[in-house]
Amino acid sequence: MTIAFGNPDRPNSYIGKTVPRPNAPKLVQGRGRYVDDITLPRMVHVAFVRSPFAHARIKEIDSGEAQAVKGVLRIFTGADIAKVCTPWVGVLAHLKGLKSPPQHALAVDRATWVGEPVVAVVASTRAAAENAVALIDVDYEPLPAVTDTMTALDADTPLIHPDLGDNLAFQRLHEEGDVEAAMASAHKVVSAQFRTARHTGVTLEPRSILVDWNPAEGQMTAYHATQAPHMIQTVLATHLDLPESRVRVICGDVGGSYGIKVHVYPDEVATAAIARIMGRPVKFIADRLESFSTDIHARDHEIEAKIALDAEGKILAIDVDDWTGIGPYSVYPRTSAIEGNQVVNLCGGPYEFANYRAKTTVVFQNKAPTCQYRAVGHPIAVAITEGLVDMAAAAIGMDPVEIRRRNMYADDCYPVTSPAKMRFEGLSHHASMTKLMEMMDYDALRADQAEARKQGKSRGIGIASFIELTNPSPFMYGIGGARISAQDGCTVRMDPDGSIVALSGVTEQGQGTEAMLSQVVAEGVGVSPSTVRVITGDTQVTPYGGGTWASRGAGIGGEAALQAARALRQSILEVAASMLQADPGALDIRDGQVVDSDSGAPRLPLEELGRIVYFRGDTLPKDLPRELVQTRHFITMDYPFAFTNGVQASYLEVDTETGVVTLLKHWCVEDCGRVINPQLVDEQIRGGIVQGLGGALYEEIHYDSDGQLLNGSMADYLVPMAAEMPDMIIGHVETPTAESELGAKGAGEAGTAGAPAAVMNAINDALRPLGGQITEMPFTPERILRALGTIED
Amino acid sequence: MTQAFRDKVDVSLTVNGEPVEARVPAGQHLIDFLRTEQGLTGAHASCEHGVCGACTVRVDGQSVRGCLTLAAQVDGAEVWTVEGLTDSGSINDLQDAFVARNALQCGFCTPGMLVAAEELLAQVARPTRAEIREHLSGNYCRCTGYEAIVDVVESVARARAGKGLS
Repeated sequence: MTIAFGNPDRPNSYIGKTVPRPNAPKLVQGRGRYVDDITLPRMVHVAFVRSPFAHARIKEIDSGEAQAVKGVLRIFTGADIAKVCTPWVGVLAHLKGLKSPPQHALAVDRATWVGEPVVAVVASTRAAAENAVALIDVDYEPLPAVTDTMTALDADTPLIHPDLGDNLAFQRLHEEGDVEAAMASAHKVVSAQFRTARHTGVTLEPRSILVDWNPAEGQMTAYHATQAPHMIQTVLATHLDLPESRVRVICGDVGGSYGIKVHVYPDEVATAAIARIMGRPVKFIADRLESFSTDIHARDHEIEAKIALDAEGKILAIDVDDWTGIGPYSVYPRTSAIEGNQVVNLCGGPYEFANYRAKTTVVFQNKAPTCQYRAVGHPIAVAITEGLVDMAAAAIGMDPVEIRRRNMYADDCYPVTSPAKMRFEGLSHHASMTKLMEMMDYDALRADQAEARKQGKSRGIGIASFIELTNPSPFMYGIGGARISAQDGCTVRMDPDGSIVALSGVTEQGQGTEAMLSQVVAEGVGVSPSTVRVITGDTQVTPYGGGTWASRGAGIGGEAALQAARALRQSILEVAASMLQADPGALDIRDGQVVDSDSGAPRLPLEELGRIVYFRGDTLPKDLPRELVQTRHFITMDYPFAFTNGVQASYLEVDTETGVVTLLKHWCVEDCGRVINPQLVDEQIRGGIVQGLGGALYEEIHYDSDGQLLNGSMADYLVPMAAEMPDMIIGHVETPTAESELGAKGAGEAGTAGAPAAVMNAINDALRPLGGQITEMPFTPERILRALGTIED
Repeated sequence: MTQAFRDKVDVSLTVNGEPVEARVPAGQHLIDFLRTEQGLTGAHASCEHGVCGACTVRVDGQSVRGCLTLAAQVDGAEVWTVEGLTDSGSINDLQDAFVARNALQCGFCTPGMLVAAEELLAQVARPTRAEIREHLSGNYCRCTGYEAIVDVVESVARARAGKGLS
């Protein structure tokens, strides 16, 4: 039996409806339980001495004065921790040539970025630990720092890791067709340089971990703000030499992740190592400076790109040369080469064209390590592609919507393989664009823009089509040798009172995972979502799974939940059929009752069935299966990734006197396949858009040429605030994936993927009559005034 | 470490309507005092220098930054946190509206956001969307994009004004 998704009046029709999040009321009442809210008996706190130099040899460490601080219990150097914790190497076999040196939990002999942990101080309070940190005297011998991406491979640039032979971490060249010939014969070739700034996630809850080692039980328990509890379980077990089965990772409420909390951080592993040594609970909560200097950064790319067109505006070729600096180590275990690799995979994504060349060059630097952050590589690839397409449209005098319509893959052409060798199962670029045009009333907006221009106001409209990679298979990490699960599982059980419990390997970071699971399970079993209790984030309790990343929670975790729920439904119906002397096929479960399928007449409440099974099993036939618990796992097999698509538009005004951009409105149409909970999807899109707007207008990590971090606070690193953000209109086209019954693809990163390009194109649309163009993010007032020629020095 | 920093200060105040007497380190921030000494973990420490608003609590009727206020400063004050405001029922309509509109995702900013929003609603009966955005601009939310929060404050203001007229 399949679910009649097309019929909104079907019984138990919770998939596709906005149902409340079961975990939201506790959060508005301040009853959440984030890691820092947990206090354990005998708990101690750790604070870290961090390198003030981008690159330095560590000579003497004098902790004598620190030892004397009241409350200080132990002080650990890199060598101390290395005795119980092995180093790791952040490479993946399928990213050919990727190299990175071994990285220790605390720096041994040498520090390689400002903020790298060097010494750990454990004390009875965080305040005492911090006081002692300030008293530790580390004798550093500064070494030359490599900070510029574009000269990192030059012969006269010092080597960060001499053993590796050069500063190149990874390089990939992809070629399809004949780009040179296409460029040579083209009607028009447009080239541009783009730059995306170094960002970080700025989760309001800083990175947080509390680790307890109980030697009597031989068990480590880590309360961790993480997106991937099972991955962390493996990592802690591997590097602390514990059986995987003796490490339990518990992930309760998490105060924002966005990709920041899916990585292995040296200070967090050091915290676990210290718990192992001290045999008591150790808590580490990053402070805000630690967040800025040691959370992963992302998006630090410099690009040269070209597009070739024929006279009708058809794209003939795209050529991309992408460079990125990733810090001194490739981050473990997902690596820091994925972002550049994604740029190669995603450029030109919405368009049908034949000739494509893209190269990414990933170099080491003495800055904070970069790694996967929300919409990995997408904002860069979309900015390159959509920036080029808009410039090309302007160069041949074509409307930016028209040039896209002439080049986007036709909605009926799927399946199709892109010049980047990405396989698309089914996308809806044209339908999405049509819906966007209706929502924003494009022609009226153009008229408004013209009217504003008459009054001396520079307004711009920017469009950005995009694809988004979701529902990853093992092709993302597993084939490269990482123990990161692309499969996910769900156990669904019925308890004696007829209530349902669902345990899932995907995690809740605030996006609404538990609500999504509750409604999928509710529909799958045939009960109200309010009777489903969802449990996530505990490796000792839930089925093994990957957690939350790459927009996989609904598409993969949701499908596992649906299959488990439907299996439980079948088990319940078999018992009910026996009890009622009926054919299981003639029965259904609706709103917590076994009913006759045809008439809907109630036959047996689930709590009565539960009572009989659990307490009066003697009255049932001896050979009757009565397993009211079912587990199913799901993994995608047909496609490496489930691509989604969408299109965004920005309407904004540029103050040409001050360079300030005012966002007037923003639109997004996206196609994430089956929408399970419209409200949650829309709010994911809105939140994602605003994160993208931050990158477009405000966010930039600054280092000086010595590798000193210049803006390590929220006052200096700007993120979007309420007053500057626009209202956003969200629409959907639904092209379900056929890989699963649920048909859901991911929605968590679409907003972030497309927003920066939409804003860039809108600003350039506003500036074009004045002769200005900007391609370096963030688009600050200074950069806009420079583009206008107002500032020239 | 200076002698002054080691000093302890006696404070007597009310927290969520209940009397509290404590001897606090002179350097302890109000947010740490509430979280670690009083077990009130609803408000959070985040930026730790008064920018993000996650630590916002109400002191003598005004929303203040728990990370910029010393515990020693609140001697004699009346302090309310999200836990007490919840128990008193005074912001239940606002909380319910946050849940219904999904104006929170990770929830880390929400306790501070509620205190700031309630302060605006107490000051202005029917704030415009621009006024709401301006008032909440000291409270960062990294998840929602703010629009749902603005919707909630606008709708609660409308509902409360409607009740006032009837």
